[in-house]
Amino acid sequence: MKENKQTKVVIGMSGGVDSSVAALLLKEQGYDVVGIFMKNWDDTDENGVCTATEDFNDVVRVCHQLDIPYYSVNFEKKYWDYVFTYFLDEYKAGRTPNPDVMCNKEIKFKAFMDYALSLGADYLATGHYAQVIEENGTYKMLRGVDDNKDQTYFLNQLTEDVLSKVMFPLGRLPKSDVRKIAKEHNLATATKKDSTGICFIGERNFKEFLSNYLPAQPGEMQTLSGVKQGSHDGLMYYTIGQRQGLGIGGPGEPWFVVGKNIEKNVLYVEQGFHHPSLYSNELIATNVNWINESVVEEEFICTAKFRYRQEDSQVTVRRLNDNQAHVIFHEEERAITPGQAVVFYDGDVCLGGGTIDEIIKNDETLNYVG
Amino acid sequence: MEYIYLDHAATTPVATDVKEAMEPLYKEAFGNPSSIHALGRNARFYVDEARRTIAREIHAQDDEIIFTSSGTEANNLAIIGVAYANKHKGNHLITTNQEHKSVLNSMKFLEENGFRVTYLPVNQLGEISAKSVQDSLTDQTILVSVMHANNETGVMQPIEEISADLKEHQAYFHTDVVQTFGLYTLYDDQPVADLMSMSAHKINGPKGVGCLYVNKDVQISPILFGGDQERMRRSGTEDVPHITGFGKSVERISKDKEQARDFYNVLKNTLLQALNDYEVTYEVNGTLEQTSPTIVNLYFPTISADILLTNLDMEKIAAASGSACQAGSFEPSYVLEAMYGQDSERARQSIRFSFGENNTEEEMKRTAKILSEIIIRLKGMKN
Repeated sequence: MKENKQTKVVIGMSGGVDSSVAALLLKEQGYDVVGIFMKNWDDTDENGVCTATEDFNDVVRVCHQLDIPYYSVNFEKKYWDYVFTYFLDEYKAGRTPNPDVMCNKEIKFKAFMDYALSLGADYLATGHYAQVIEENGTYKMLRGVDDNKDQTYFLNQLTEDVLSKVMFPLGRLPKSDVRKIAKEHNLATATKKDSTGICFIGERNFKEFLSNYLPAQPGEMQTLSGVKQGSHDGLMYYTIGQRQGLGIGGPGEPWFVVGKNIEKNVLYVEQGFHHPSLYSNELIATNVNWINESVVEEEFICTAKFRYRQEDSQVTVRRLNDNQAHVIFHEEERAITPGQAVVFYDGDVCLGGGTIDEIIKNDETLNYVG
Repeated sequence: MEYIYLDHAATTPVATDVKEAMEPLYKEAFGNPSSIHALGRNARFYVDEARRTIAREIHAQDDEIIFTSSGTEANNLAIIGVAYANKHKGNHLITTNQEHKSVLNSMKFLEENGFRVTYLPVNQLGEISAKSVQDSLTDQTILVSVMHANNETGVMQPIEEISADLKEHQAYFHTDVVQTFGLYTLYDDQPVADLMSMSAHKINGPKGVGCLYVNKDVQISPILFGGDQERMRRSGTEDVPHITGFGKSVERISKDKEQARDFYNVLKNTLLQALNDYEVTYEVNGTLEQTSPTIVNLYFPTISADILLTNLDMEKIAAASGSACQAGSFEPSYVLEAMYGQDSERARQSIRFSFGENNTEEEMKRTAKILSEIIIRLKGMKN
């Protein structure tokens, strides 16, 4: 092992408090730290000023405080080609994509990793809440210790090879400590609000944003048995299990989105949080990545998350050809959503994950889900 | 190891004697040149001296020099000021598609306000011909603005020829000589153009001051309004310390222009020869013959400019590429795109080295060595 001061660590800095503190911790550990701001999205405000400017200015201030060099890199084209195109395609197919998973896979831990290595970096660091551990030459990814902030769900597509060159300095810290450290060191970003939502949409109205790229096709809302219940603004604006924004009330229990029919442009709705059509007990995942491929068995029991910040559930996983997996739930699950990620865990070890593609209930594929 | 600074087209360090010349203006001689008392008169003396120095260097009259805050302001004033003062004669302007942004964006502003602008495209070598200017003239043309040397590539335009061709036409000729000021004799009995923009910080003077030469026969409107300083053409209290520094930096300009050019050409050739010796693959953007001695823009096929520049910086060498957006990220050079086309990789794989009076041949050799090491490493990673 090289000494820390001879180990060059390139850290991706967003201008937020997490990556600022991550950079600070690396610097305190004596690494040769280089901060890099990634510009992935081309957008300007009403004055024609690039919206990334403010975040970049925060990176500049923090790097100046930490006395580390900083640079900025532009991945707009790659981001558009690999993340945004996928994002739109999934919505077109009536699914609910997860651009953060794709961004981590294609941009942050691929294009940006290559960039870091081209600058002579030994490691790439980010402010994610996750941990990497090395055991006998094998690199594993563990959940961040802060249950509420753990971001391994979004990192499920990383591989062992990538993890061997990654550092997550915040993995062992609760978020409250990160804020505290930032304040103690008077970092420029100490009191900056956490960013919310999808990075390229930011605080904007999601419907309005999407309508700039995909034509909205209003249509009917129906129950699964075909009774008209109202109209929808375009299927892409709804996700499975959604209650808000349907605009149908009346007597009885609230209404929920239970499915979509792309060909007929129909949104399926049913009444009641526990409506049976929202429940399923199996799924088929595609693009499944196993972080430690060589030690994954053909069939095994583990836990899984079907959406971010959800409690884990017990499942049995059967590996299929073409990087697919058959996931059998030990208890019925509500509102499994195609396009979202299913991520597998063995205790605190993240095993990998894939994209939810097909949903099955009592041996039948739920075609109405979309 | 000392930093090797090869970004003099961006800015130069302030020379020691320039700094010393400015010091009294921050102390006892702090007056406002418009004040009638002794302190004011003293400040005015400094401004007048600087004005005289600059006028003498370019063979102009003292009152033909307007001090501005920058080369950018000088370009804005030249273009917008001439257009508005001469709109009764026509509404057409001619420029090129590789001018500095302060020219291009002033032209854009005029287009939004009823003027018509012809942007002459440069060829692959970054050049326009005097004939293309001639061919674009109409009886409505009131101004032609063509820079001397481009700030990114150093490619020089035939400004003397363009100027001569315009003698019989109503259109005035403006040229931005920010990058070549001090290196060429841009006058005979008077300056080569009707209007000429200059800047102090490219010639070891301070940032924050430039000037515009305006021939006394040229009609020009102000773009800043106020207390009628600079013969009503540029209001605002004169920045006396910086103007004094500007004067001093012009005083330092070599009388022997050829010798000055030779100094930079030796540096440039040393760098290129060393790159050849290290067997680095590169091409010169533009031609060496038509390029300002202080600038060379090199294309390194397959090597991203931003990666190369970042690596150079980490090795303590400062060079540059086209431009950066406000968020600091690399944007392909519009100047190189003008030469090689919008989709050309060349605009993304080229960097600029620009030389200054303190550079040495040793630095050129060391730069070539480090460059070759970086490029070998980057090429190795691709395979």
